[in-house]
Amino acid sequence: MKCDIILAGVGGQGILSIAATIGLAAVERGLFLKQSEVHGMSQRGGDVQSHLRISDSEIHSDLIPHGGADMIISVEPMEALRYLPWLAPEGWVITNSVPYVNIPDYPDMAELKAALEDNGNTVVLDADSIARDLGSPRSGNMVILGAASSFIPMPFEILEHAVQQLFNRKGEVVVDLNIQALRAGREAAGRE
Amino acid sequence: MQKLLLLGDEAIAQAALDAGMSGMYAYPGTPSTEIMEYIQASPRAAAEGVRREWSSNEKTAMEAALGMSYAGKRAMVAMKHVGLNVAADAFINSAVTGVNGGLVVVAADDPSMHSSQNEQDSRFYGRFAMVPVLEPRNQQEAYDMIFDAFDLSEKYKLPVLIRITTRLAHSRAAIERRDARTQNSSSLPSDPRQFVLLPAIARKQYRALTGLYEKLRTDSVLSGYNRFAKSDSRKTGIITCGIAYNYLLENLEQHHDDFPVLSLAAYPVNSDAVAELVESCGRVLVLEEGYPLIEEQLRGLLDRDVKVAGRLDGTVPRDGELNPAIVAAAMGMKKDSGKEVPAVVRQRLPSFCKGCGHADVFSALAEVMKGYGPGRVFSDIGCYTLGALPPFNMVNSCVDMGASVTMAVGAADAGLFPAVAFIGDSTFTHSGMTGLLDAVIKDSPITVIISDNSTTGMTGGQQSQATGRIESICLGLGVNPDHLRMIIPLRKNHEENMAVISEELNHHGLSVIIAMRECIQTASRNKKAAAAKKSQTA
Ligand code: SF4
Repeated sequence: MKCDIILAGVGGQGILSIAATIGLAAVERGLFLKQSEVHGMSQRGGDVQSHLRISDSEIHSDLIPHGGADMIISVEPMEALRYLPWLAPEGWVITNSVPYVNIPDYPDMAELKAALEDNGNTVVLDADSIARDLGSPRSGNMVILGAASSFIPMPFEILEHAVQQLFNRKGEVVVDLNIQALRAGREAAGRE
Repeated sequence: MQKLLLLGDEAIAQAALDAGMSGMYAYPGTPSTEIMEYIQASPRAAAEGVRREWSSNEKTAMEAALGMSYAGKRAMVAMKHVGLNVAADAFINSAVTGVNGGLVVVAADDPSMHSSQNEQDSRFYGRFAMVPVLEPRNQQEAYDMIFDAFDLSEKYKLPVLIRITTRLAHSRAAIERRDARTQNSSSLPSDPRQFVLLPAIARKQYRALTGLYEKLRTDSVLSGYNRFAKSDSRKTGIITCGIAYNYLLENLEQHHDDFPVLSLAAYPVNSDAVAELVESCGRVLVLEEGYPLIEEQLRGLLDRDVKVAGRLDGTVPRDGELNPAIVAAAMGMKKDSGKEVPAVVRQRLPSFCKGCGHADVFSALAEVMKGYGPGRVFSDIGCYTLGALPPFNMVNSCVDMGASVTMAVGAADAGLFPAVAFIGDSTFTHSGMTGLLDAVIKDSPITVIISDNSTTGMTGGQQSQATGRIESICLGLGVNPDHLRMIIPLRKNHEENMAVISEELNHHGLSVIIAMRECIQTASRNKKAAAAKKSQTA
């Protein structure tokens, strides 16, 4: 088993909590893991990505080869498209539909939607609204992860447990909200 | 022992703690920052009294580490690659003095310049100083090498350089730990004149160093890290350095035995291993993350004895970091790439956080500068360099730490008036103060704006040595109090701030304007930390 994931977003959107959750789950399963992150200049509102690789055998490269990623998980729709050169032909894109507009020439939403549809294997969902409806507007990340969960070759309960571990420090309420967000994302993606 | 999931930087930090290090010295710089941050956050480091405060710059860090080594304890110093330029004087000479307690220097290079001004390769510094260099291939090796680095350092009485690059520094993997060692007790160097580099002493020690460097080539620990995997195939042999090996393996998959591979991770290299590879193959492909250091040595001046492919003949791009695709192409393998990036995707450059104080200083400055025309703002290294991008397009230089002040001085000497230097607080105490002294002494007609956000913002909000001290530093250096002005960069003070800037620009002598407002990221982090502390004690 190997699963190569590109996580995408804008600096400050916190894609690393998604990475940390999958990472914890992978460790619990006794899998090999490599996860590269972007620190520094780009974190100031630039495009950021993380290459996350899990496998049951040793992983060599910290970077996913072009055309090799099983999926792109993105918290921002334009950022999802930026990494298509890394996606395998049969790979999936799971992305938030809510744009993060911090540049003057942000593309037209209709064009963006068309480009996402063009891609085929794509799940687009409004994670912000789903998180807001749960009363946890900052859990959009977990909604997206939930939507991607059926593509990740690990039992869902392992991911739930990882969310619990990750947010444990912040108390039961936060843990519950994030697990609800994870479940809501999985449901919204409709791929039980 | 339980495995830990650590960034390459963190693996190095954990290893240093486990290897009995007594002091860590550093100035923040991507991609090295997380080494010190990990050690500062470590409860064990606190319990065992490991010294771990930020230094003013890489030179002071290097010297303090050398001092700790002098006193017999193990010390580590970490910096980004360009930081080693700042520390170079101390670093090069520390090879001549030698060490007492183990001394490990970590340089984190940034090929492709994700967060840097150049992509210099620190392995050259190792050769220049004539010290052992270790270049880990992965996180576990980074952890293990720190133990060997301290041992080698104490065995040969030399500092040891660890060279990593961005991808290793900022990538996480599981680490298996070793048993922890105790710290050294303090002891003075056995030769009281070892650290006294008077010419007569330095000459003797330098000669010994040149001999020692040749001996290092046959050191078993160093050679042990350079692994040769033979193959029956004799067409192309491959030499990899550091993490380039991983990209090779990624491409070779099951075709392991198709190429003889010499995987290097320690320098200086024993030439026997290289000879064996070269003699068995018609051609050698060199894969280096960084400059073509080994490739150049292999080609030699005449470049005719060995058929070499690498960065110098275009087989591998001359600049930029490696990745699996580049390595596949260099090996002539066809690999499927994914789709193209659709045309709707726009560039998303980094920008100031909403509400950043630097941006308010730039808005006021931009409006005042309209009256003088472009090309007059020398800046420096920090978040405020983003003033070079739209909407401000204000910054005309970003070269090295502190250069804003001194370049403005030089330009003013050439007749440019008014000339502005724009520098942050942490960069000012790193390397701006000495330049300001030059400006004071000749009353240079420049306006120095110190945009004080009370933190080291770009690297994630580390403590700034300048906090609460800038005004007194300027006065102490001799800045005229009449032309030392304070402003608060807020929208509501825009007119007032413009007036101050305008007045000082018109002054035909040195002015310093301190614009003070805390970085909003650091402020919110501090607030959160305070709240967390309060709820803990409540
Ligand atoms: S991190 Fe701080 S200094 Fe840097 S852009 Fe953001 S607010 Fe400004």
